[in-house]
This record gives sequence, C-alpha cells and structure tokens, in this order.
Amino acid sequence: MTARSLIIEETPLVLYCLRRADDALILGHRLSEWCGHGPTLEEDMALSNMGLDLLGQARSLYSYAADVEGRGATEDGYAYLREERQYRNLLLAEQPNGDFAQTIARQFFYAAFADLFWRAMTSSADDTLAAIACKSEKEMAYHLRHSAEWVIRLGDGTGESHARMQAAVAAMWSFTGEMFAMDDAERELIEQGKAIDLGPLRDGWRATVSDVLRTATLDMPASSWMQQGGRAGRHGEYLGHILAELQHLQRSYPGAAW
Amino acid sequence: MYTQALNATDSQIQPVEDMSQAAAFQARIDAEERIEANDWMPETYRRTLARQISQHAHSEIVGMLPEGNWITRAPSLRRKAALLAKVQDECGHGLYLYAAAETLGISREQFFGQLLSGNAKYSSIFNYPATTWADIGAIGWLVDGAAIMNQIPLCRCSYGPYARAMIRVCKEESFHQRQGFEIMVTLSRGTGEQKAMAQDALNRWWWPCLMMFGPPDTVSEHSDASMAWKIKRFSNDELRQKFVDATVPQAQHLGLMLPDPDLRFDEASGHWLYGEIDWNEFKQVLAGNGPCNRDRLAARRKAHAEGAWVRDAAAAHALKQMRAAV
Ligand SMILES: [Fe+2]
Ligand SMILES: [Fe+2]
Repeated sequence: MTARSLIIEETPLVLYCLRRADDALILGHRLSEWCGHGPTLEEDMALSNMGLDLLGQARSLYSYAADVEGRGATEDGYAYLREERQYRNLLLAEQPNGDFAQTIARQFFYAAFADLFWRAMTSSADDTLAAIACKSEKEMAYHLRHSAEWVIRLGDGTGESHARMQAAVAAMWSFTGEMFAMDDAERELIEQGKAIDLGPLRDGWRATVSDVLRTATLDMPASSWMQQGGRAGRHGEYLGHILAELQHLQRSYPGAAW
Repeated sequence: MYTQALNATDSQIQPVEDMSQAAAFQARIDAEERIEANDWMPETYRRTLARQISQHAHSEIVGMLPEGNWITRAPSLRRKAALLAKVQDECGHGLYLYAAAETLGISREQFFGQLLSGNAKYSSIFNYPATTWADIGAIGWLVDGAAIMNQIPLCRCSYGPYARAMIRVCKEESFHQRQGFEIMVTLSRGTGEQKAMAQDALNRWWWPCLMMFGPPDTVSEHSDASMAWKIKRFSNDELRQKFVDATVPQAQHLGLMLPDPDLRFDEASGHWLYGEIDWNEFKQVLAGNGPCNRDRLAARRKAHAEGAWVRDAAAAHALKQMRAAV
C-alpha cells in the first residue's frame, strides 16, 4: 500500500494561509509536548492553553485554504498528508523546546511578531482572514504578555536563570528574520489589500523585544545573520521528526477515519 | 506561596479532643452540615481527608502522563485539540484538589514531596501503559467513567472544600467520558483494524478499571470511619457494581466484548455479576510493580527537578520586585 500525498495548487492565497497555519500548527505541537512536564502546574496549563490557541488558529486557516483551493482538501489533509518539503512554517516554530528558557524565547519572539501581524490583518480586505485575525490578535496579545513576563522573570531571577535565558535568546535569534520575509506571491496579495506589508512591523517588533530584554537585564544579540528556508519548504532536521509523530496514524492506516 | 494558611498549625490544635467536641462534630455530620476549613475537626478526620484529597490530586497529575503520551500522535486536529484540552483539564483538577487539601494545613510542596519520594499513593490505573490510540478512547470511556462513579457521591462529602472541588471536577469528567466513548464509537464502526484496536484496548483496561474502586468491602480498611464521617457514601463494592451495570450496555452498544467469561445478568438482583478480580495484580501495582510505576514517578521527578531553576528564578524575581516596591 502506498501512503497518499497531497498535490496542492498553491495559489498566492492558499500559500499565504498554509504558511500561517503551519507556523501555528508546528509551534502549537511543540508547546503540546510540554503537557504533563511543565515546571509548575500553573505553567503546564498555560503552555497547553497557548498550544490550544495555536492549534485553533491552524485549523481555521487550513479550513479556509481548503475552501479557497476548492479541490476537496481538508484541514487534516494538509496537516497529515503533506511531506516535509510541502510544509511552509518558519524555522523558528520547529526549533525544539530545549529548556524552559528556550521555549519562552521562541514563544516571545514569535508572539511579539504575531501580535502585530494579526492586529494589522484585522483590516485585511479578505473577510475570512480579517475574522481569523480578530480572534488570533487577542490570543497572541496574551502569549506576548505571558512570554514577556517570563523573559523578565528568568532574565532578572537568579544567576542560572539569567545565563539560560541569555543563551536561549542567542540560540533563537537567527530564526527571527524569516518572520519578516515576503516573496512575489505575498506582494500580489498585499497589492490586493488582503495581506499586509511586513516591513513596517519590523520596528515595532524590535522595540518590544529590546524593551523586554532591557527590563530583563539581557543583551540584545548583535548578530545580523538570519536563517531562512521554512517558507519555501527547506527545513532543518527537526520538522521530519515532528511529522513522523504527528502523521503516524494517518500514514499507517491510509483512508481510515478517526 | 502555595499555602493558604487558613488553619492553625498542628501544635495549636492538637490538645484535648474531648468527648463533647467529638460528639458535637458527629452531630453536625449527621445533620448533613458541611465542615469548613476553620471548623474544629478530629485529628483523624483531618488526616484521613488530607490523605484522600492529596492522593486524588496526585492521581490527576500522574494521570496526565498516559494520555499525554498520545497528544503529539493524535490522528486528527480535532482529536488533538480535544485530547490536549482534556489532559489540561486533569492538570486543573490537580490544582483545585491541592488547593482543597491545603485548607487542611499542609502545603502543596509537602504533598508533592510525598508523591515524589514514593510515599504517597495515586490511583493504580495510571500505572498501565497507553500503547495505542484506542487506549485514549478506553481511558476516557472507562477510567473517567469510573472516576465519575467515585466522585459524584464526593460532591456531597462532609468536607466543604473537597465537595465543592468535586462539583467542578465532575462536570468536566463527564465531558471526558463522553469524548472517550465517542472515540470508541468511531473505532468500533471503523475498519477491521480499528475495531480490533478498540477491542484490544477494552481487554487491557477493563480489569484494571474494576480495581480502581479499591479492595473488596470484606478487606477495605478505611471504609467504616469514612462512612460515619460522610467522606464516603458508598462502599467500594457498591460503586464497582454501579460502574459495571452502567458500562455493560455501553459495551454492547459498541459491539465489543467485555473480557469476562463469567459476566452475566442476574434477574433477581437486577445487576450484572462479574468474575473474579485478580487482587494479586492489584497488590503488585500498589506495591510499585505495575508496568509503568517506575516510569510515572521518574517522569514526575524529572519535571520537578528540571523545573527547579525556573521556580527559583520566579521566587527570586518576585522577592526583588517586593523589595523594590517597599
Ligand atoms: Fe480529572
Ligand atoms: Fe478526566
């Protein structure tokens, strides 16, 4: 029996939805790995909560992509039957949880971006994306607040937590540039008013990050080299392992309903 | 930071428990009054409740592990979200229960210490492995189902904080139970492989679920006092029978076989009679020899140890903030 794969017609709008859906799914999946293993019960619940928010965003975006594509795809088809090279998530999202500081750095950098991104997207000319943005914006504002508070606690806390938080910020830094990347497909949507220009978000993001890091007594990394590739399906070695787990049942029992 | 400090410490309450106090206490219980955290209570009542509520809390927390094992592999996004939310609910149950137990004057850290040192018990059921997706269905249907049987009477427990926690918990447990049953429905109406997976899960979880109600009434140690104090309202065997009676028709609806050749309906009593439970297996699991006892404790210890620097940092930061505010 051959495992099915999905052939997708990646029009600019479908691709746009899949990219954001993949960010949310993969980052949510990472957060869900913490469930049952968090540093406190309260934080265990908070990490699951954020994972659930992201999973919900992913599902809305996949469903919309399926509508737009109009070829009978489903949210589960996109999530469970695409190959690694078809996934369009940011490299940041697939980075491993590491210690709690790394999870927090990853969440903070992403949320500081997604908070601005979804707020701007609330005025998208695409009604469905605008509606998804309204819900996501509130969720990401909470993720930003929560993760920023932890960056500050850990940066300011003890010698050990300071060192771990600083190392985590450095480790995640080179994956932040990709969040602002745009290609021709996105520019086409920007012209139609459906997508937003990411360029102007950069200053706001940097201001939030530098504010929080300063309060946390942490240094802003100086390096300007940024890794890219996730948006075009060129991933690191981590995504394959995530998909091996995530897709296990759908791949093992092709066609079964669960 | 976790202690609610409602109560006087042990040394302050210890002295004379005279007969009239005890009699007045029992009269309140008999009149179905709720005992609250700051009310006088016999030391044995306090100790019994602290043990029971904390064991219950430990069970919720350890119970996150077998199901947590499937969150990253759930077969659809809908199932994944439901499972993650379910396991998160169990964490919430643990939190309410530790908070209820803390009203008896023992801190969450102390209860955690008892769990991690291996001195405190938690439900035997969580020492079995969740090896297939159907186990997620079976756990929701049967384990949450058995938990509900145990917990509904606890909503009327004489100790107010415990009773109130149970009311909140029971609502969520019945949602979990329906969700688990729905997974079983899907599997048992699915492909041959899925149906076999569901049957196999039922075969493995059925007997351990019957053991969840504890030893038979003939040997149960704590029941008499707990009954008189209205901590417990039904005996282990009564609750077990209620569970069997409720579950047999559900298994029939699924078209699955309960793995008990002696199971039969008794017209005279109106109950489903079940076969001999392997109490030796139960004893072994309680003694630490179940298939996953070591892994469960190791996972909790690892999370606790790896979280230590995080908790220390939060405490250090809070202290600095407090000093800065003065
Ligand atoms: Fe629970
Ligand atoms: Fe439950």
